[in-house]
Amino acid sequence: MTKTAIYKKYLFYILSTIIIVIWLIPFVIAVLTSFKTMDEISFGANWFKLPEKWSLEGYITAWKNAHIYTYYLNTFLIAAVSTLGALFLSSLGAYALSWYDFKLRKPILIIFVAGMLIPFQMLLIPVYKFSVNTGLYDTYPGLILFHIAFQLGFCTFFLRNFMITIPKSIFEAARIDGANDFKIYYSIMLPLIKPAIAALGILEFTWIWNDYLWALILIQSDTKKPITLGLTTLQGQWVTSWNVIAAASILAAIVPIIVFLMFQKYFIQGLTMGSVKG
Amino acid sequence: MKKKWWIPYAFLALPLTMYLIWVIIPIFQTFIISFTDWDSVSPSYNFIGFENYKMLFYDYYFLTSLLNNIKWMVGFVIVAIPVGLGIAMLMDQKYKGNKFYKTMMYLPMTLSFVVIGEIWTWILEPNHGVINEFLRGIGLGNLAKPWLSDPNLVTYALIFAALWRQISYAMVLFLAGLQSVPTEQVEAAYVDGANSWQRFWYVILPALRPAMVIAITVNVIDSLRAFDIVFVITRGGPFYSSSVMANYMYIESFNNYNMGYGAAIAVIQFFITLGFIIWYLINSFKKEDNL
Repeated sequence: MTKTAIYKKYLFYILSTIIIVIWLIPFVIAVLTSFKTMDEISFGANWFKLPEKWSLEGYITAWKNAHIYTYYLNTFLIAAVSTLGALFLSSLGAYALSWYDFKLRKPILIIFVAGMLIPFQMLLIPVYKFSVNTGLYDTYPGLILFHIAFQLGFCTFFLRNFMITIPKSIFEAARIDGANDFKIYYSIMLPLIKPAIAALGILEFTWIWNDYLWALILIQSDTKKPITLGLTTLQGQWVTSWNVIAAASILAAIVPIIVFLMFQKYFIQGLTMGSVKG
Repeated sequence: MKKKWWIPYAFLALPLTMYLIWVIIPIFQTFIISFTDWDSVSPSYNFIGFENYKMLFYDYYFLTSLLNNIKWMVGFVIVAIPVGLGIAMLMDQKYKGNKFYKTMMYLPMTLSFVVIGEIWTWILEPNHGVINEFLRGIGLGNLAKPWLSDPNLVTYALIFAALWRQISYAMVLFLAGLQSVPTEQVEAAYVDGANSWQRFWYVILPALRPAMVIAITVNVIDSLRAFDIVFVITRGGPFYSSSVMANYMYIESFNNYNMGYGAAIAVIQFFITLGFIIWYLINSFKKEDNL
């Protein structure tokens, strides 16, 4: 290694480390605060000091007294069902749009793409009104059905772009062998697009888990709130209990973080493949 | 081979119906509502033409929100893009451990804005907040400011918090873009005696053009639809000084029950966003022509 090469290598490690340390400060603060007792915090807010005694007080209060437990189950339910629904329905739509030649193909594709780019404010009032009128307001199905529908534009576009790269000859061959259309979708297309489904699923799950706005619009009862909404409710009640808020924030963040760390490759793939979601 | 014409429609029936009900039809409804004085409570409403739109242009709070969105946009574009690009260039070096660094950089992207908002509330808090404590600790206590209660500072403080995530996002996009930079050309430039700045400016940057277009579009759109983080940290306050259009639209529609007025704000936001979407589409088509 030449001198400049060694020098460059050191520069890389020094700069990267400095950036990462600065980058993670907010996390570190949240984690440290979540393990402190309120006594320690009120005594003097030294953010970077390790907790004198690693206390689970914040977590226990958040989990039990502040209903994080309920919010957690709600979020799991909403995010899991919505993601599965969006993946399933968009794979059907994308299948039709990628491989059949029919009259309304282009207009329908344009509808999906256009809807995906529209700012969400354009939907708030009518969607709220529709939910109230149909009795879907403040119910799980109301929020789940909306999430599925709202994500369909992006998911359909995403999966369609992936499906059109698959050679048509595969399907022609299956057809000659006598497979019907649904069978081709189910036993040929779906297995072939597994990587795309995985990337999309990870991304959608994270997005829906992190949703705040639509839960705010469509859910009212405390017992049905997802964690993001619960967290802001909590902020009002436990405003001075920083350890409780910190613990609740960590709990809200931990699932997407674990999903990300486990499926990083797919997460990044999905993010870059679908970066222009409006 | 004989195909039944209705088969694609059968596949599309359910997804398309749902999409029409919850996404496409509401877009048109919002346009219509924006021409009414509907308050969401009374069963009837009047069509009042462009009255809502006219009012908006005399509405100090709306104009503040619009101006704040422009600040968000400028902040995102002139900070997130160069910084994201710089960090991407750094972390694209193939040294051992660069994957670890990248992973750590990605982390804010997995968080919801609510969590980001909660965390940054303490960082920006005036009395014991991290930033002010830090400034006092290094003897710059006079720079400590009430970041969230000073109307002149609060928007910048919120943008700063949002940039935490936005820079990560820009970095992801540039890292993906850097994959397509032709290494032979970079090496050829090196052999020709180009210094690193010249290699960056004449070889790498032009190759990053598609990534740049995407990064600008993403940042502009994200800045225009900023909502959660403002809502969680300040609710647009104090006195609407940190309000953005999405926030003001929500408050007018769902707190003050001026649905017609809220819809008009959404429509204006829609047209501004549309301008950038068209810009993006034109640019990405250009790219395809070049190929």
